Amino acid sequence: MAILECKALSKSYGLTKAVDSADIKIEAGRVVGLLGPNGSGKTTLIKLAAGLLSPTSGEVLIEGMAPGPETKAIVSYLSDRDYLPDWMNLNQLLDYFGDFYSDFNREKAIELSKRIGVVDNKPLKTLSKGTREKLQLVLVMSRDAKLFLLDEPIGGVDPATRDTIIDTIIKNYNPDAAVIISTHIITDIEKILDDVIFINEGKISLVESVDDIRAKHQKSVDAYFREVYKC
Amino acid sequence: MEWQFDNERPIYSQLVDILKLKIVSGEYKPGERLPSVRDISSEAGVNPNTMQRAMQELENQNLVLTQRTAGRFVTEDKERVEMTREELAEGHIQSFVKLMEQLGYSKSRLIALLAAKIGEVKE
Repeated sequence: MAILECKALSKSYGLTKAVDSADIKIEAGRVVGLLGPNGSGKTTLIKLAAGLLSPTSGEVLIEGMAPGPETKAIVSYLSDRDYLPDWMNLNQLLDYFGDFYSDFNREKAIELSKRIGVVDNKPLKTLSKGTREKLQLVLVMSRDAKLFLLDEPIGGVDPATRDTIIDTIIKNYNPDAAVIISTHIITDIEKILDDVIFINEGKISLVESVDDIRAKHQKSVDAYFREVYKC
Repeated sequence: MEWQFDNERPIYSQLVDILKLKIVSGEYKPGERLPSVRDISSEAGVNPNTMQRAMQELENQNLVLTQRTAGRFVTEDKERVEMTREELAEGHIQSFVKLMEQLGYSKSRLIALLAAKIGEVKE
């Protein structure tokens, strides 16, 4: 059974169709890039899969189930916003995540936090923006989830931080889980993707493997993306 | 040999080439156990499925072999490694000769140039 399946999935805000009859199927073990320009519907699609928005029409299924408490227990979602509580320290934050998610792996979170240089127990407000983004990813990747939804994990961070984030995603690869990464910065991330989904104005325009795109067009996905979305 | 990728070819086939070079150059020695796909993917910064596919291709070409429980090893067959060295060399020479033709070198002029230049290279 597919980890994520969208059937004619649509979400409208008034007259604007943020997601327009999307059909998507993502199997276990795949790392998929959701690529599109700003305002193309990436975040809306991810929020639908995370169960944070309900569809206007169509269906979204996680392991065959409509979003609800059962799917939220197996979906690990990284928001594109910073939601870390300033007043907590690392220990309190790990307790907090442990309380929320039964699949939260505290040992893993401690190990990954160490790798990004968060070890002491100073309040989180003392951390830099880049470190906070890395820490949010660490928390999300420390769950033994089936579906990881990462909304813009590498937006607005420096190249070294980007490398750490990419490495964290590779090191946590699990053949039983699927990872979806939304981004408009493709260069650095295409090496870690199996497949890409192009979305524009809410419509899915392409679903293909990275190496098939490279073989067919003799160019990187990044270059191909620039060509397709050239204004 | 660094894990660097160009923007024209599939990542999988570039991985195959880099891994072959690592074997031919002796960075991975005959009979040596290779790192796990997970570790080697993280070192290369690539998707583990893509790395797995590249390893599978090397296995099909008998350059590496899997021992069920012990992991993946470089072949001990030195002739096979030598053959790969020649294959890689041939590919590089072909594209070099083609480029030199585009630059307007005749075969005899190219050979003369090569002989002169190789003489300048210190051993």
